[in-house]
Amino acid sequence: MTLDQLPLGREAVITRIGGVGPLRLRLLDMGLIPRTALTVHKTAPMGDPIEITLRGYSLTLRLEDARSVEVAPQ
Amino acid sequence: MSEQNKQTRGRHGHGAPEKAGRFGRQGGEDGPALVFALAGNQNSGKTTLFNQLTGARQHVGNFPGVTVDQKVGSIRGLRNVQVVDLPGIYSIRPFSAEERLTRDFILTQRPDALINIVDATNIERNLYLTLQLLELRIPTVLALNMMDELHKNGGSVDVAEMSRQLGIPVVPISASRGEGIQELIAQAQRVARERQLPERLDFCGPGPVHRCIHAVSHVIEDHAEQHRIPSRFAATKLIEGEPALARQLGLDDNELELIEHSVVEMEHDSGMERNEALADMRYAFIQGLRAAAVKKGDESRERRRSVAIDRVLTGKYTAIPIFLAVMLLIFWLTFNVIGAKLADWLAMGIDWLAAVVDGALTSFQMNPVVHSLIIDGVFAGVGSVLSFLPLIVVLFFFLSVLEDTGYMARIAFVMDKALRRIGLSGRSIVPMLLGFGCTVPAILATRTLSSRRDRHMTILLTPFMSCSAKIPIYALFAAAFFGGNSALVMLVLYALGIVLGVVTALVFKRTAFRGQSTPFIMELPNYRFPSAKSVAILLWEKARDFVQRAFTVIFLATLVIWFLQTFDTRFNPVADSSTSLLAGLGRLMTPLFAPLGFRDWRLTTSLISGLTAKEAVVSSLGVLMQVNMADLPRALQAMFTPLSAASYLVFVLLYTPCVASIAAMKKELESGWWTLAAVIGQCLLAWLAAWAVYVLGGLIL
Repeated sequence: MTLDQLPLGREAVITRIGGVGPLRLRLLDMGLIPRTALTVHKTAPMGDPIEITLRGYSLTLRLEDARSVEVAPQ
Repeated sequence: MSEQNKQTRGRHGHGAPEKAGRFGRQGGEDGPALVFALAGNQNSGKTTLFNQLTGARQHVGNFPGVTVDQKVGSIRGLRNVQVVDLPGIYSIRPFSAEERLTRDFILTQRPDALINIVDATNIERNLYLTLQLLELRIPTVLALNMMDELHKNGGSVDVAEMSRQLGIPVVPISASRGEGIQELIAQAQRVARERQLPERLDFCGPGPVHRCIHAVSHVIEDHAEQHRIPSRFAATKLIEGEPALARQLGLDDNELELIEHSVVEMEHDSGMERNEALADMRYAFIQGLRAAAVKKGDESRERRRSVAIDRVLTGKYTAIPIFLAVMLLIFWLTFNVIGAKLADWLAMGIDWLAAVVDGALTSFQMNPVVHSLIIDGVFAGVGSVLSFLPLIVVLFFFLSVLEDTGYMARIAFVMDKALRRIGLSGRSIVPMLLGFGCTVPAILATRTLSSRRDRHMTILLTPFMSCSAKIPIYALFAAAFFGGNSALVMLVLYALGIVLGVVTALVFKRTAFRGQSTPFIMELPNYRFPSAKSVAILLWEKARDFVQRAFTVIFLATLVIWFLQTFDTRFNPVADSSTSLLAGLGRLMTPLFAPLGFRDWRLTTSLISGLTAKEAVVSSLGVLMQVNMADLPRALQAMFTPLSAASYLVFVLLYTPCVASIAAMKKELESGWWTLAAVIGQCLLAWLAAWAVYVLGGLIL
């Protein structure tokens, strides 16, 4: 399952980071690396982007970019 | 201008090569001069700490070899210790301008010490940058910020353990309360004077990553030393894959192959791609450190409060209405209540002073040309520009509150989807909306955008939002030609501006700004109460900047216009405004505007004087036609058809707003050429659009 499909409030663990170039590196730098736990906290009013929480902080990213993050719901 | 600024500029200007990389360092009564660099994540309290360290004694310094001007200030009570505020970043990669600037600054300027600010309530992600900064081999002190918040929520940090594991001094502080600042300064001075490098170099546990880093370091050691680049930093960047660095180090094919071989081996052994492996190595170390030294409190009060506030401010049905309401409130307060009042008072003050000076000059029987220079040139020119000042200060007050509270990030979150279609991100919405008030603060507000590409694109798009100074022109023409239906006229013009802005954005997206978009992956910080001091310093800075420019660039420009208005071609003062140089220039340019349907030189002249400020268009029309304001609509009816009036309005909507906006553009685009290109582009587009209206309108009617 990719992060854009993860239901709100459901805890999951990252299994793989895809994407290329700056997007991939940015994801890694912000702490999205395999075995990191996260939850999707909220969706923006227009349906995109989403707000996730991980490592004790909140991060927003676009659904399109969230497709590069593979997760396993816990 | 402060003393340091002159020194810095002077040093830069002379450009003595052996001094490149150093700036303004002389010994003084406080011992040898030192330069500290302040680095950290966004939202870590970096600006607050910078303000605590320096007070209001800040200026913009430019450094040889680094493209962007950075804020510099000397530490309070220590005149010869300077701090440079580096941009807020999360990593040191060569992708964004901000990250490049940080690394270039540290590598080429070699500051005496690095102060790395870390948010104690968000320690994991903040330390990720720390580990990369430590590779740069500069004496470093870690400022552990927001300790008060952490303690309040029952958390604690074993500072000694953390310091031991990282190999650098760690000083707990609270930047907003000013706690721990003296200790931080003392530690930074100590590591700088003793040249105490970080004690720890290895953050990798035994394993494939460790082997790879060491193998690569070994290969490049000599090259790195020769080029004065820290070898550990070079090694990790080469593993992450930076061809530019490999070239810079002058590595040969054989060495590159050796490096690639080690990296592939690491990828194979660890089962991770190279960048992932390094990120994993850093985060693994940080998790170990956290387990040993940090006791996390309960879910913090601030976090719970933020979630509760966000239920409304980013709520599904409430977010957009609240955002619009907030913007409307800011507009109303700025342009109708506070700003307008202050502007009126300022104008009254300037008028009073002008009247006093006018009277004095008359009774002194001053030469009429000098008299006109002082009253019509200096007072009218600077006065018209200074009237922007209250608007700017008030708008920036609200903007900095939005930014410092954390609401600006939410606006970006809420509005992103709409802005993305034109190649921007949600953050650009605020400057663009401010453009409907006044282009000048709108352009200055693009500072809050974190990506340089978005910033430049937003600056170029903001003038499409019709500014409030154009409203009197619309109203006048609506009264003269469109049955006084100014609401409809304005609606059409505003919509046209927005549509052309969107089209331009789409063109930009596919041409000049193609494919460089930084990913929109943004932190949503907890809501915080803004620090009064930071807001005050920002306002002071913006006001000072603007007044400085009002008395330099803008002042000169208004003097030029005054000169053109006052003299004829033989440099005799004119009695009749129709014989002035300005009128001559207007006549000269009239053929250019003939295809747009207006052939009267007075109209062209009014457009030129509109460059000082858009308010000048209406008043100069009145002067040139020698009628009072009440009769102006009728006088205009003799010069225009409704169609050519529409074409004139479209030109007014789109051409360069005013000298103040050009000055703002030049400041924020950081390039005279880009600014010139933007001004030419605006005039060209205005001409084409007005022409299209005139020609197409003619075909339809």
